[in-house]
Amino acid sequence: MLRHVTELVNQHLDEVAALILFGVGFTMLLLDKNLIKKIIGFSMMDSGIYLFLASYGYIGGLRSAPVYTNGVTDPAAYVNPLPAGLVLTGIVVSVSVTAVMLGLTVRLYQRYHTLDMDEIAEQIRKEGK
Amino acid sequence: MPANKKKHDAFARLADWLENGAQPLDEEIGESLADEAYEEENAAEKTIPSVEVKKQTPKKKKRQERHRRKRRDALTVGAYADAWWYRVTAFIVCVSLVGLLLYGVVRMPLFGNADTLADSEVASFYVTHTLEETGAVNIVTGIILDYRGFDTLGESHVLFVAVSSVLLLLSIRGEKDEQERLLESDREQRTEPDHDLVLQGGARLLLPLVLIFGIYIILNGHLSPGGGFSGGAVLGAGLILYQNAFGYDRIGKFFTYRTFRAVSVSALLFYALAKGYHFLTGANHIPGGIPEGTAGAILSGGLLLPLNIAVGCVVTCTMYALYTMFRRGAF
Amino acid sequence: MEILNVILLAVIVACAVAVSLTRGLLSAVIVFMIQGLAMSVVWVLLQAPDLAITEAAVGTGISTVLMLAALKKIQSVQRKEERRDAGKQKEA
Repeated sequence: MLRHVTELVNQHLDEVAALILFGVGFTMLLLDKNLIKKIIGFSMMDSGIYLFLASYGYIGGLRSAPVYTNGVTDPAAYVNPLPAGLVLTGIVVSVSVTAVMLGLTVRLYQRYHTLDMDEIAEQIRKEGK
Repeated sequence: MPANKKKHDAFARLADWLENGAQPLDEEIGESLADEAYEEENAAEKTIPSVEVKKQTPKKKKRQERHRRKRRDALTVGAYADAWWYRVTAFIVCVSLVGLLLYGVVRMPLFGNADTLADSEVASFYVTHTLEETGAVNIVTGIILDYRGFDTLGESHVLFVAVSSVLLLLSIRGEKDEQERLLESDREQRTEPDHDLVLQGGARLLLPLVLIFGIYIILNGHLSPGGGFSGGAVLGAGLILYQNAFGYDRIGKFFTYRTFRAVSVSALLFYALAKGYHFLTGANHIPGGIPEGTAGAILSGGLLLPLNIAVGCVVTCTMYALYTMFRRGAF
Repeated sequence: MEILNVILLAVIVACAVAVSLTRGLLSAVIVFMIQGLAMSVVWVLLQAPDLAITEAAVGTGISTVLMLAALKKIQSVQRKEERRDAGKQKEA
């Protein structure tokens, strides 16, 4: 157990941070009743996953960013370009997802005059009578 | 005409539902469920006329009430969020999920170690072939606009759909709200920070830099880090700054809803057509007639530069439109 | 390099915990923005400059501004209702 923990801290620090970010975002999504906080938690889960992916693209040593310098096309000279391409797509999509969620939240607020999930549920329950 | 009347009833119900939200429909379902249950039970006694079935027997009332409560509880799961067992369970689930993932990470390849990732054929294929196959100096741009060009087309459409849905969500209002909306936008116009010296001075200083940097990122996307997405986001942020500093009137002179529509739709159309042409000629081994240029020059990489510009236009318009919708509720 | 990486990761995790514990929405949004900024520097250290530019513009700039605009819209709805309620009380 202790061996695992030291290994995690020594060799997987970025991934550990990414997973903690994911966990904190997930906890916010489940436990916070405020809709805006839920949206922030969702974005936080997104960033955790991006950090996780991007950290596996990194290769140590003197490798440079994936831009050809002096026409060298040797794979040993650059870091892995694939995660960067994947995450770039993801970041921009996550903004549009955030925007749609915020739009829905504003609509809910206009209808129920609260940002609290429980109160919204309560009002729906009352209306259902 | 009973059929006609039924139709009319359905329309009335629909109108009622649209007006008052979901609950009438919901009740309806509960009622019809209760009806069904009741009728099933009484299936043996088919002799009872349907008019009598419709009568409110106390038994039926009770059953109806139970059904209704069930539907309501199904609707309002969120109400459990206050219960202590929900909170404790959620916390335990989160902690154990993170623990499980961390346990998985121990078995993953080491961070930043070349040996564990060097056998990844895909990565080395891209690094070796991107320059000669796409002409892009920036490998990431080569991947997302050439190898995965279809994916990027879909992503641009995701952005467009997101703007459309926000536009729909924020512009539906009742008639009586219209007056208030006008009042609100009037107040917004009046409270516009027209004479904010710090904001306007800062914007005068920063805006040229921001806009030029954004355009540089877009145009140089195949040669240096950046590309349509990052440059478009920078340009969109610049436009948002401009709108905040100088007001709706000034930005309305060159960027309106019509501009947004024309630019983003034509950019998406151009992207789709260019990529389609590229696929058509490439798959059939027809010479495409698009000059490749020498790698490293600004006019090189075939379609990469125009595609970058198209993506940049879409992202700029999207970012600015999203902000404007949230700020004003209208374009 | 290594030390900077560790510090930035610590900032990111601390910001995440702070966001989840903050009561005020405005401060939560601002702290979330700081987290995005630290993240973009981490990506420079991970040799992914494309991601760093995008995150700095999108994660730090645009999503924060969108959240702030949504908060302002919610607040203006609130104020309108308060005024309406005050008007009703005056009439009564």
